Amino acid sequence: MIESPPRIRPQRWIGEAVPRKEDPALLTGAGRFIDDLDPFPNTYHAAILRSPHAHARILSVDAARALALDGVKAVLTGARVAEISKPFHAGISEPVHFYPIAVGKVRYVGEPVAVVVARDRYIAEDALDLIEVEYERLEPVVEIDRALERDSAPLHENVGSNVVHERSFVYGDVDGAFAAAEDVIKATFRFPKYASTPIETYGVIAHYQRGTDTYAIHANFQGPFVLHTLLAAALRVPGNRVRVLVPPDIGGSYGIKALLYPYMALIALASKESGVPVRWIEDRLEHLCASSSLTDRLTKVQAAVLRDGTVLALRLDHVDNVGAYVRAPEPACLYRMHGTSTGAYRIPAIAIHNRLVTTNKLPTGLNRGYGGQEHYFALERTMALIAKRLQLDRLDVVRRNLVHADEFPYRAPAGSVLDSGDYQAALDEALRLAEYGKLLAARDRARAQGRCAGVGLACVVEPSGSSMGYITIALPLEQRKKSLPKSGAAEAVTVALDPTGAITVRLGTAPQGQGHQTVAAQIVAEELGVSLESIEVIAEVDTQTSPWTIASGTYSSRFAPIAAVAVQSAARKVAMKLRAIAAQECGVPADDVELAEGLAIPRGERAKAIPIKRLAGLAHWNPLALPAGLEPGVYETAYYSVPILEAPDDQDRVNSSAVYGFVADICLLEVDRDTGKIDIQRYVSVHDTGRMLNPLLAEGQIRGGFAHGLGGALMEEIVYDESGALLSGTFADYLCPTAAEIPPLQIGHVDTPSPFTPLGAKGIGEGNSMSVPVTIANAVADALGIDDVTLPLTPRRVWELAQR
Amino acid sequence: MITHKAAERAAISLTLDGVHVKEEAPARMLLSDFLRQTCGKTEVHVGCEHGVCGACTVRVDGRPVRSCLMFAVQADGHNVDTVASLGSRDELSPLQRSFHEHHALQCGFCTPGILNSAQVFLEEHPDPSEREVVEMLCGHLCRCTGYRAIVDAVLDCARAGKDETP
Repeated sequence: MIESPPRIRPQRWIGEAVPRKEDPALLTGAGRFIDDLDPFPNTYHAAILRSPHAHARILSVDAARALALDGVKAVLTGARVAEISKPFHAGISEPVHFYPIAVGKVRYVGEPVAVVVARDRYIAEDALDLIEVEYERLEPVVEIDRALERDSAPLHENVGSNVVHERSFVYGDVDGAFAAAEDVIKATFRFPKYASTPIETYGVIAHYQRGTDTYAIHANFQGPFVLHTLLAAALRVPGNRVRVLVPPDIGGSYGIKALLYPYMALIALASKESGVPVRWIEDRLEHLCASSSLTDRLTKVQAAVLRDGTVLALRLDHVDNVGAYVRAPEPACLYRMHGTSTGAYRIPAIAIHNRLVTTNKLPTGLNRGYGGQEHYFALERTMALIAKRLQLDRLDVVRRNLVHADEFPYRAPAGSVLDSGDYQAALDEALRLAEYGKLLAARDRARAQGRCAGVGLACVVEPSGSSMGYITIALPLEQRKKSLPKSGAAEAVTVALDPTGAITVRLGTAPQGQGHQTVAAQIVAEELGVSLESIEVIAEVDTQTSPWTIASGTYSSRFAPIAAVAVQSAARKVAMKLRAIAAQECGVPADDVELAEGLAIPRGERAKAIPIKRLAGLAHWNPLALPAGLEPGVYETAYYSVPILEAPDDQDRVNSSAVYGFVADICLLEVDRDTGKIDIQRYVSVHDTGRMLNPLLAEGQIRGGFAHGLGGALMEEIVYDESGALLSGTFADYLCPTAAEIPPLQIGHVDTPSPFTPLGAKGIGEGNSMSVPVTIANAVADALGIDDVTLPLTPRRVWELAQR
Repeated sequence: MITHKAAERAAISLTLDGVHVKEEAPARMLLSDFLRQTCGKTEVHVGCEHGVCGACTVRVDGRPVRSCLMFAVQADGHNVDTVASLGSRDELSPLQRSFHEHHALQCGFCTPGILNSAQVFLEEHPDPSEREVVEMLCGHLCRCTGYRAIVDAVLDCARAGKDETP
């Protein structure tokens, strides 16, 4: 027998805890964020006049005095915007018109009314004081309950009602299950409105180039690039005359800077009207009153159960409050979790009734966890209530209903295909890490000593990699059939070698701190057998020159399941080309060429190895010497979409996400009855991240998502009074967690790589944003022995609950 | 006390990251805007302009100061340091290195302000407790990391500094 020569062991980078390539620039203050850029000479500054009223008709806007101020170039009003642009499209049938500025009416405090373009921001703000606006105030509609009443003043008169979307779905034999039930648990839940408030606010630098009738719009926008299509339509130009440019660095986003980003249109129009490039950097008050947030939600749940805790069916009644307008991708808030509505449980039947209401509040959009925290708050509170009502052990109820490890891939009744998992094992690992027996003993000991302690638990499925089609399920089948089907969730990446062999990777993901450059370099280094240092990864996006698709961007934790695969595919195309060239040079088959240590090495003939840079040089300088069929240069773009993301079917089933992780959380806390303060003593979170790409970054994502969940649980809320006035317009009123509020978090893993993607990785950034609010709510309910818990659990609210 | 009208321009001379600078600014201009827009110091990041988030923290005469709560004219005659004077890409400071190793930054927007505060803190507390580090960090909002890695980075930097002391 002839032994084959030993294969060269390639350097493994995927899965290594590599510190980030992004760090040196950011640590030295040399990042390039939107307000650090100066792309156009003679750029003016914008300031925005905003509505002081929640709901009012605009009778007149007089900007004469503002225009007379030295340094003021132009004033743009809503009336003019309506003349020169079109409203943004959204995914519902009702005609809720949304412009980036108030047209005719103001519908929330902070809504733009006029834009001043001036020499500098100080002068622009001076000019705002000189604009006179006459308003006729209308009834403010602030809360969901009022919006549901037929006689509430409609925000959009052409729709005639504040209920702007309604759909019902039934999957499986729900009526039969309720008839067979031994008990029915009913509960009502309210989830508050909050926002992830990135420390860098919005920023846009736009230039209307009249010579070509083209808009160049720089913005710290995170995708999806559906916005490009919507912008072109709103600005009334073809897509090839809207150039969207995303800076190399974005100062956090967590969904807030995603689609829809209306200020990109507004500042573009301000540039067109004023004839100069315009810069607008949002201030914090503007951000808190008029950027974006998640929805507040009213959920009514009915659960058909057997006495042993088996859940036979659920009826979910959702009312989501999108604020003053329906902005794309809304009503996705209701539909991101739709296919996964049964969560981690093998519940065979479910009925869902969805309504969307408009109120005089800040319009909504993506926010870390998007739709998940609202959904799991109702579902996981219900699971706790089932155990309490049936006097069963909470763990038994969970275990009895969890999807079994041998059932994957598991098709949930509403359509999600849960790709892989071992939920029981993950829960067991959480119990082990938490020392659950001791945890319960500690709780009982505290109670015996007169203190108020509780244990909370939650199990959530964490979807990642949203499909482009799931939102179309908001439309009834017959309407959906009228347009072309939407499926998949593609991402594009380019890997190129210049004539010196230097490697450049170009992403379309517009990251905001997730470390995509590092992970992309890890993948490319492993595929090409080169060092991490030899790779430059470009994160800035330019829709005229970058590879991108309509789904491109960073949202729904999609880098790991989707973009990372596109990186790998592009690198493999390059690898194939390099090996083919080397094979010809060495006279061996391409299959026998390996890439390692920056060399192409014929198997067993190391002496014949050729440096990759020489192969790249050949491809650029000497294309006639290339093997037949190979194109000159080394510039390979790969597109990847997950095959399993099909368009919604005729039964309204939709697999809304590429892959599904899992999170099991356990927490022990004490409540101080006298002050209402919550002391979280133990928090354990076990994750299924599939194949982990970089453990250092994975932990960072989990800890970040945890902090957002904690903020939502304990302190964050966008608060309005009964007149619709905003009460949370500063960081002294809108409280975010600081270092002192973060309890110790113990992280565990039971990872099951996805069988549906080549890398098997799952998104991990949002799981704890979804699970923490309800875990803490469950623990507080347990501590106080109550059923009704409303977030955020501020000391005042907890104190009130404790007095009952 | 010197008084100025809001739009009146005043001469400002200061030492900025070790370099003497002579500029002019309207009396109402914030130090943060002056540093970014007049002096080109985009290392200074502005997050809230009302003194809560801490992103714009610089060192004025060696003290951490929120540059959005100070007027540029008040910096006249003083020493102002941004994160640029801590270390460079090729030669990160021990604190910057520790942040890198601990993955104590994600988007990096709040990072320069935190580094400025932590640098002064470590100069004054060479052997800090975790509680003291957490208290210092409470002057800053970071929405990416959940803070744990930042606490570890500062503590580890202090520990390493102690080891190096003869």
